[in-house]
Amino acid sequence: MKLAYYPGCSLKGTAREYDLSTRLVARHLGLELVEIPDWNCCGATAAHSTSHFLAVALPARVLALAEDMGLDILSPCAACYQRLRAAQEELKRDPELKRQVEGALGRTFEGRVRVFSLLEALAQLGEEALAAQVVRPLKGMQVACYYGCLLVRPPLTSCDDPEQPQLMEKILAPTKVDTLDWGGKNECCGASLIFGAREVALNLIKNILHAAAQVRAHALVTACPLCHANLDLRQKEVNRFFGTNFAIPVFYLSQLLGIAMGLNPRDLGLGSHFVDPQRALRMVGS
Amino acid sequence: MNENFWSEVNRAAGQKITHCYQCGKCTAGCPVAFAMDYKPHQILRLLQLGRGEELLSSRALWVCSSCQTCTTRCPCHIDLARLIDTLRFFSRQAFPQVTRHGMPLFNEVFLRSVKRYGRVYELGLTLQFNLKERKVWRDLDLGHFMLSRRKLRLLPEPVENRKEVAQIFSAEKEEPR
Ligand code: SF4
Ligand code: SF4
Ligand code: SF4
Repeated sequence: MKLAYYPGCSLKGTAREYDLSTRLVARHLGLELVEIPDWNCCGATAAHSTSHFLAVALPARVLALAEDMGLDILSPCAACYQRLRAAQEELKRDPELKRQVEGALGRTFEGRVRVFSLLEALAQLGEEALAAQVVRPLKGMQVACYYGCLLVRPPLTSCDDPEQPQLMEKILAPTKVDTLDWGGKNECCGASLIFGAREVALNLIKNILHAAAQVRAHALVTACPLCHANLDLRQKEVNRFFGTNFAIPVFYLSQLLGIAMGLNPRDLGLGSHFVDPQRALRMVGS
Repeated sequence: MNENFWSEVNRAAGQKITHCYQCGKCTAGCPVAFAMDYKPHQILRLLQLGRGEELLSSRALWVCSSCQTCTTRCPCHIDLARLIDTLRFFSRQAFPQVTRHGMPLFNEVFLRSVKRYGRVYELGLTLQFNLKERKVWRDLDLGHFMLSRRKLRLLPEPVENRKEVAQIFSAEKEEPR
């Protein structure tokens, strides 16, 4: 399968390892990714909090570029995924807005392109194809799959059940990792509140870490650069602020899958996490 | 409040504001209700009572994380998350000074980066935001770690077709939708 790849800004910076590991894992699974030439930022929360027009027009340019390529889109960033999906729905629902956006861009939309999250793209490959690549089963490791908000909400753009998502667990099943049943999987991590309302965000992050610790998770698994930044980069700050002592490594889904596929941890970008994943990796002999 | 406010708020909600029957489900699931002055269901109630202007200076608008839980669960199909976006618009109009700090400032600096480069230049965004909030030393340890792991780019990587990005921004109208 061949897909138009939309990394988004985070994957070019803060979430570099998500980009590296996604590309590497995709290559080994026979998923061909072609980066969308000259893509722009989706606008994220800043755009939809400011102007409905920007919130649709910015992702619309990305949709149009993919339409030119004649390919469906893979958007590993959960925030980008949701903005692209929401823009698609708005263009469908509001012909007047569509006309304005087309005018501003000097492009027209046929609305042929589909947008996939990493979860959907991997799940589509099927359990057998995934199992065939697993050479290092992760038996003994217990992980809490964390979906956050934007992959599963609102229902209109959701890639899975909004309240009880299961795609990550399904994707990871062939790796034999123990996916825990826990209460934090679609709680909000606070996203960019970490910048503008820090204490509020630290509270939300603490609640998620607490829920994961309660079920004795050895690690968290995520498919969103914003969630990863909050849970990993801010864990020490949470500990300082609340007097806790969490030390839960946070893997990107693509990284954990990559380890099970026997790929080199360094190539998967595992050296760039704030909370050291070594202990969790040693449990499974990696 | 004027006619425009009322119709825009109803449009954003996707349903008539009057449909809300105050069940409180939105507030029950809201992760940041604990930090809000007006809770999500109270936002609906104030709008029903025609007291929308009280909301425009509310802290709730800017601690909402846009997590979409309220929108997902409302039994009356009210799109509260989108409604809050619209209230943010009217809040900035009524009180332009809200963009001097916190989330509205962050959003503004973020969009300025997108306007300029077509993409977010994370290092520049963080520095500018911290400077404007007069907290230049905030997160210095993190920044150092991230630079050492190449998680922050030193220079922006702009899109080539900046003209098209500029067209998007110039077509933006001063309207809530
Ligand atoms: S959501 Fe974040 S990563 Fe995605 S395009 Fe927007 S700024 Fe970039
Ligand atoms: S969930 Fe919907 S109906 Fe219930 S109080 Fe909230 S907005 Fe009103
Ligand atoms: S979108 Fe905002 S108001 Fe709604 S549940 Fe999330 S944080 Fe609360």
